[in-house]
Amino acid sequence: MNRLLLNKIILLLSTLSALIGISFLFWILATLSYKGITSIQWITFTKDLVEGGIRNLLVGQFTMALLATLVAVPVGMMAGIYLREYGHGSKLAAVIRNLSDVMMSAPSIVIGVFVFALLVDPFNGYNGWAGVVALSIMMIPIIISTTDNMLALVPQELREAGMALGGSKHKIILQIVVRAAKVGITTGVLLSFARIIGETAPLLFTSANNQFFTMDLTEQFPSLTVSIYNLATYPDEASRQLAWAASFILTTIVLIINLFGRFIIRNKK
Amino acid sequence: MGGKLFRNFSFFSATLSFFILVGIFAILFHYAQESLHEFGFDFLWNQQWEAGEDDEGGIFGGYIPIIGTLSSTVIAMAIAIPLAMGIAIFLTEIASVKVAKPVSVAIELLAAIPSIIYGMWGLFYFAPIVQATFGGNGVGLLTAGIVLAIMIIPFMAAITRDSMNTTPSVLKESAYAMGATKFEVIKDVIMPYSKGGIIGSIILALGRALGETMAVAFLIGSVMHTVGKVTDPTTSIPVLLANNFVEAEDLEMSSMYFLALILFVVSFIIISTAKFYFLGKKVK
Amino acid sequence: MAKENLVMELKNFSFTYAGASKPSLKKINLPIEKNKITAMIGPSGCGKSTLLRSMNRIHDLYSGNRYEGKINLYRADGSKQNILALKKENDFIKLRQEVGMIFQKPTPFPMSIFDNVAYGLRLSGIKNKTELQDRVEKALKGAAIWNETKDRLNESALGMSGGQQQRLCIARAVALKPRVLLFDEPTSALDPISTGAIEELIAEIKSEVSVVIVTHNMQQASRLSDYTAFMYLGDLVEFDKTDKIFLNPKEKLTEDYITGRFG
Repeated sequence: MNRLLLNKIILLLSTLSALIGISFLFWILATLSYKGITSIQWITFTKDLVEGGIRNLLVGQFTMALLATLVAVPVGMMAGIYLREYGHGSKLAAVIRNLSDVMMSAPSIVIGVFVFALLVDPFNGYNGWAGVVALSIMMIPIIISTTDNMLALVPQELREAGMALGGSKHKIILQIVVRAAKVGITTGVLLSFARIIGETAPLLFTSANNQFFTMDLTEQFPSLTVSIYNLATYPDEASRQLAWAASFILTTIVLIINLFGRFIIRNKK
Repeated sequence: MGGKLFRNFSFFSATLSFFILVGIFAILFHYAQESLHEFGFDFLWNQQWEAGEDDEGGIFGGYIPIIGTLSSTVIAMAIAIPLAMGIAIFLTEIASVKVAKPVSVAIELLAAIPSIIYGMWGLFYFAPIVQATFGGNGVGLLTAGIVLAIMIIPFMAAITRDSMNTTPSVLKESAYAMGATKFEVIKDVIMPYSKGGIIGSIILALGRALGETMAVAFLIGSVMHTVGKVTDPTTSIPVLLANNFVEAEDLEMSSMYFLALILFVVSFIIISTAKFYFLGKKVK
Repeated sequence: MAKENLVMELKNFSFTYAGASKPSLKKINLPIEKNKITAMIGPSGCGKSTLLRSMNRIHDLYSGNRYEGKINLYRADGSKQNILALKKENDFIKLRQEVGMIFQKPTPFPMSIFDNVAYGLRLSGIKNKTELQDRVEKALKGAAIWNETKDRLNESALGMSGGQQQRLCIARAVALKPRVLLFDEPTSALDPISTGAIEELIAEIKSEVSVVIVTHNMQQASRLSDYTAFMYLGDLVEFDKTDKIFLNPKEKLTEDYITGRFG
C-alpha cells in the first residue's frame, strides 16, 4: 500500500480514537448532569437517606475519606522518604517499592474482603473504622509512590548543600528535601483523596451503609457510594432519582478536586 | 536522637506494605481452607454453585465467575488497546500543543470518574444501546466488556503517552530526516523505544480490568450462568463477591474466599509482570 | 610550607570510589595555606572535584568509598585533626561547619532569603532572634548582596537570579564562619558579569576564610589564586605558587595543559 496513504489512514484512526474518547467523556458528563440536576431537590442536602436525602451520606463518605487520609499521608510519606532517602539503591527498597506498586493496583474488592475478615467478622458487625482502614490500605501505596517520585525529582545538590552546612540527615530531609517536593506531594495527596472518596467496593462489607445520620464509627457508617449502588437497583422512581442526584454530586466533587490539583501543579511550575 | 527515631519510623512505615500484602494472602488462604479441602482444584472447573440445605455444605465451583472475569477482560482489552494506542499517538504526535493539553485533561478526567458512575451511566444509557444493536437484554457480558474498555482506555492511554514521550527528539528527527512518514517514525522509532512502557501499561490495565467491581456489577447481569451468546448475562469474581459475600455461610463463604484468593494471586502475578516490563524505563 | 601557616594538609591521600577497582586519587600530598586561595585545575576526570569533596567528607553521603592516608585540619587553637578518622555523624556535622562548600549549581533552599542564610546557624543551635538577624546581615554584607536583599529578606530565595543565588549560597556558608570554604566550579553555571562579581567576592573573603577552588577555567585560576595545583588522571602533577605554575611550570604535562595542547 502507498506509504503516504497508510500514514494518512493511521493518523485518521488515531484522531478518531481521541474523538471517541472525548465524546464518551462528554456523553457521560452530559447525561450525569442532566439526570443529576433534575433530581436534586432541597431535601437532597438537608435530609438523611432515611428521609430521601443524602446529607448523612455526604458527611459519612467525607469523614471516612478524611480519616483515611490522616492515616495514609504520614505513613505513606514516611515510607516514601525511607525508599528514596534512606534505602535508596538497596535491594530491600526495590522490593518494597514493587510490593507497594502491586498493592496500588490490587482489586479493591479483595481489600474489602480482607478488612472484613479482620475488623468486621470478629466484631460481629459492620463499622466505620473498618471502612477507614480499607480506604487507608488503598491510599497508602499511592502516597508512597507519589512521595518517592517527587523526592526523586529534588536535585541531589540540594541535599549535599544541606549536609555541607552541617545538617543531620533527618533535618535535611524534612526541612529541605520534602519542602522542595512539597507541591508535587500535595497534589498527589489531593488526587488520591479524590480517588478514595469515589470508592465503593472496599466499603461494601466493611462500613456498609447507614440510613441515619451518625458519627459513630463503631457502627455501620453512611456511605454515598454504597448508597448509589443500592438505590440504583431499587425499582421505585424516587430511589433512582436519588441515585442520580448522588452520582452527580459525587462526580462533581471528584472532578473539582482533580481539576484543582492539576491547577496547583500547573501554577507552581 | 531524633534522627534514629525518624529513620526507624520511616523504615517501619515502608515495611507496612509488605505486611499488609502478606496479611491479605494469609487471611484469604486461611479462610479458603474449608473450600480448598472440600473441592481442591476441581473448584476451577466446576460450574455448579448451589448452597446445601440449611446452608450446610453445598457444591461450589468457580468456573463461571472465573470465565466471566476472563472473558469480560478479554473483550475489554480487545477494544481498549487499539483505542488507547490511537489516543496516545494523537496526543504525542498529531495534536498541536494547544489541542493536546485539553484533550489530555479530558482523558485524565475520564480516568478520575468513579467506577460506580460508569455503572450508573452504563446501566441506564449504554445498555439499551447495546441491546438495540446486538440484541439480548442489555445487561450481559458484552455490555460489561465494552464499558470496562471505556474505563481502562484513559489509564492505558496516559501511560502509553508518557512512555512515548520519553523517546529522545534526536532519534525522531533522524528518522524524519530520512524522509520517513509520521506513521513510520511511530512504528519504527517511537514504538520500539517505548516498547517496555507500552507493554507494561497494557498488562497493568489488564490487572485493573480483572479486579474491576462496581461497573461490572451493574452491567454483567450477576447470574450464575455460562454464556451462550456474547450478550448473555453472567457473573465475574468481583461481582459475585460484591453481591453474595455477606450473605454466604460456611462453605459458600469459604468458596468466596477461595475465589478472592485466586483473583488476588492472579492480579499479583500480572502486575508484577507489568513491572518487569517497566524496568527498562522509569516512566513517571 | 611552614606548618603554622597551614589550615589543611593532605598526606599521601588516596581515594577509591565504591565498586571501583582502581583509585581515583593516588597518594596526594597537598598543603593548603591559611587565608590564601588555592586553585585546583586539570582536564575533566582528573579528580579535582573528587579531591575537593573529600575535604568535607561529603563523599560519605554515599556508602562504600575507601580512603587512605591523612587529611589534617589545623584549628585556630593549634590542634590538629585527621578528618579521615571521623566516624560519628556528630563529628561530620562539626566538620562541615568548619569546612564549608559551594556547589557548581546554585542551591538555594525552598525558603525565604533570611531563612536560607540563617539555616546553618539554626542547625548549630543559635535561636536568639537578634543574634540571627545580626549574623545574617553580616553574612549578606560579606557576600556583597545586602543592598539587593535587605528589603526582601522574607521573600523566597527562588526568585533571585542565578548570580544572586550563588552569592546567597556563599553568604549562607560564610555565616557559619568556617575555617575553609571549598568552591566546586562556582561560576561555570553563571554569566560573565555574575562570574566577575563572584570572583571579586572570593578575593575579598580570603581575609576571613581560607579558600580552595576547583575550576576548569585557567584564566580564573591565574587571576584569583595564590597557589595552584595541577592534576591529571588522579595524580597531583605539580603544585606551586600560581605565578610559577602559569609562567614557568616545572613539568611538561603542566605546560602542555596550560598552553592548551590538551584539556
